Amino acid sequence: MRFLLAAALFATPAMATDYIVVQSTTSTANSGLYDAILPEYAKTSDTQVRVVAVGTGQALRNARNCDGDVLLVHAKAAEQAFVSEGYGVARHDLMYNDFVLVGPAEDPADTQGLGIHDALAAIAAVRAPFVSRGDDSGTHKKERALWADTDTDPTDDSGRWYRETGSGMGATLNIATGMGAYTLTDRATWIAFANKGDTRILSEGDEALFNQYGIILVNPAKCPSVKADTAQDFIDWMLSPTGQSAIAAHTRDGEQLFFPNAE
Amino acid sequence: MQGFGDAFAAAFALIVGFDADLVEIVALSLRVTLSAVFIACLIGFPLGAALAVGRFPLRGMLTILVNALMGLPPVVVGLGVYLMLSRAGPLGVLNLLYTPTAMIIAQAILVTPIVAALTRQIVADLDTEYHETLRSMGAGRGARMATLLWDGRFALMTAALAGLGRALAEVGAVMIVGGNIDHVTRVMTTAIALETSKGELATALGLGIVLMVLSIALNALLMGAKATSERMAHA
Repeated sequence: MRFLLAAALFATPAMATDYIVVQSTTSTANSGLYDAILPEYAKTSDTQVRVVAVGTGQALRNARNCDGDVLLVHAKAAEQAFVSEGYGVARHDLMYNDFVLVGPAEDPADTQGLGIHDALAAIAAVRAPFVSRGDDSGTHKKERALWADTDTDPTDDSGRWYRETGSGMGATLNIATGMGAYTLTDRATWIAFANKGDTRILSEGDEALFNQYGIILVNPAKCPSVKADTAQDFIDWMLSPTGQSAIAAHTRDGEQLFFPNAE
Repeated sequence: MQGFGDAFAAAFALIVGFDADLVEIVALSLRVTLSAVFIACLIGFPLGAALAVGRFPLRGMLTILVNALMGLPPVVVGLGVYLMLSRAGPLGVLNLLYTPTAMIIAQAILVTPIVAALTRQIVADLDTEYHETLRSMGAGRGARMATLLWDGRFALMTAALAGLGRALAEVGAVMIVGGNIDHVTRVMTTAIALETSKGELATALGLGIVLMVLSIALNALLMGAKATSERMAHA
């Protein structure tokens, strides 16, 4: 009886014919982009697209270990390094949106309407709680670059008003909402996030908050396991007019989350 | 703030609606966890018995190690299995990363020390009780181990249940080696983590309630089976 049970448990139904693994940033997965566009891709291809959603930093590391066929992240400098070191074949601009500074409605640092650099300086000046991803993700890299521009090093106050969660965007937003703190987030995750509480967008629209997403084929020369043909087919579709309009058509609460800009 | 009321409503809607995605996730959770516990028992029962009645070098050290490994953090196991199964790792050619098999391996590693350590205790207690009898019958060590395991089979079910609880509840290991891929490696706990990160707290808690119900049902089922077979054994 027990062995029959075990045999039943181990028996795996025949897996889908062919699949590729996409190492992805979390914002695209958490905001439902893949749920919206992958069914469209399925109309033109039998390839199953398996998305592993982790932070950009971890996605890059996983891809360096050859544990993926396609990389979809948002940290241009790190992506270019990935390609120039030979791990990626080529990097393509895919789409963009922007980052926003969110914080408590009371806004103790009076950041409402300020440019992002002034807003961060105001937060540091009054030592208002700020939650950082602290996980080497695309958003974390952007946040550190913005702080560097303000000539403030908040990590000196890590554990005091500057809190590094080492977690994903959603977990970090939950913490910001829970403790009434400021944080930097991509707009797609923010719009789709359901636990906003009293947290609001306070600073947005600054040029420095531009958020570019890129797509890269992992190099089969470095990683022989990469399914280059099927993976390239997926990338080509994402960059094609059909894929680009599928990305543009994805909305939450009437707001477009990602703006396609493939060349 | 989304409260417990919303969570129970969400759980109720999930169960009553018999959501197809939920069924798939529950089925995979059961398949991964039960397979892992089954493997852990195959290894843990004889290992525990050997530690209880065997006489071999480093037995004391090994016993301490097995006991200590009961507290192994799932995320460490996940990381270790990831490094083994990664394409860049020694077992990368097996192409097992991000599959249910990888999740079963990770959970089996996590649960085996628990089953082994509890088995060692159960068998050691029985051995104290029956030592003279078994010796007078001239039973060798192998026969003694087998007899004691068979004699302790109902108590061993508790060891298996402890392992089951651990495997069903953990998220750290399966998240890393499974990747939480929709329709492929998404299980109850990784789905809960995902919904939490979307800020969908009511749905997350609702899934948590479903997991609790599942765990209670599974335990009741196995305890019922245990009681029935105990009655039959003593009848």
